[in-house]
Amino acid sequence: MSTVSETPAIGLTHGGSEDTGLGQRGPQSKSIVVPYGFWLFVLSDMVLFSALFASYASLVHATDGGPTTAELFDRKLVAVETLALLLSSFVCGLAMITAKRKSMAWMQIWLLATGALGLVFLGIELFEFSKMIGEGAGPQRSAFLSSFFTLVGCHGAHVTAGLLWLGTMMAQIWAKGFRQDIVRRLLCFSVFWHALDIIWVAIFTIVYLIGTLP
Amino acid sequence: MTEHEPEALNVAPGEPHDSMVSETISYVVGLGLALLLTAVSFWVASTGVLWGPGVATGLVVLAIAQMGIHLVFFLHISSGPDNTNNVLALAFGVLIVLLVMIGTIFIMSHMDANMGPTPEVMNLQMQH
Repeated sequence: MSTVSETPAIGLTHGGSEDTGLGQRGPQSKSIVVPYGFWLFVLSDMVLFSALFASYASLVHATDGGPTTAELFDRKLVAVETLALLLSSFVCGLAMITAKRKSMAWMQIWLLATGALGLVFLGIELFEFSKMIGEGAGPQRSAFLSSFFTLVGCHGAHVTAGLLWLGTMMAQIWAKGFRQDIVRRLLCFSVFWHALDIIWVAIFTIVYLIGTLP
Repeated sequence: MTEHEPEALNVAPGEPHDSMVSETISYVVGLGLALLLTAVSFWVASTGVLWGPGVATGLVVLAIAQMGIHLVFFLHISSGPDNTNNVLALAFGVLIVLLVMIGTIFIMSHMDANMGPTPEVMNLQMQH
């Protein structure tokens, strides 16, 4: 499947060609359309998160006399969380490479590592949440904490859903092999997982680092 | 894959490259750059040698750079002709995200500044 040699034969050129790029060949194959549709979902998910970020930024100083960002957040924990999620995203990429080569054992190992690192992230986040709630800094304490738990909790819920999806994909590929529809789902999962890491970059910067500036 | 011809025109987001070497290099480079930017972010946030009021802006710039790294090296969003649809969708997403975030923060901060608590509200708050 070499792009260079095929492009002239298809006739998709800029100007001069009668081929508009749509009509004669019909719609794209499912292996393009499905991940593209999923890409649109991921982008709309980012729009959802932008609204949560905007409300957090508007409410971050509305602490109602309660604990502030600098008092609550622990940068070391966040660094470990960030590292776990970044490595998880990287290992997920390795799993995609091995999936393309149809190497079942390696792919399952990398996917397992992806899930394990995701679990580390989620465990630290839940530990942080339970510690905050135990200290009386739950979501009902102030507008700032409500928006904090909505934003970070929404990301955590996405990670949880992603882990369930990951487990399902591992089982499906194990049981059904590298069927095209299954591989498409796996590709969608990797897009979802990378997108979660992108959102986490924004969270650790805006919420945790800027929140704990001296 | 049964349909070879249309595949060359578009590529799905996150689709691995055909070459295993270039694919692996892409992920390793992406991981290295992301780790570097994360480390710089944490350093910038904790060091005292930088000009304080500029630190928050610098952190946002670093975060945007790291998101770009993730998009290019992990999701393989590129400027190639087979990627036009993915890039256009991303551009629209970024537009909406910026409108929502900048618009909300701009409007809410002005409302906050312009609508200070009136004496009645102050009294109500005192009673509670």
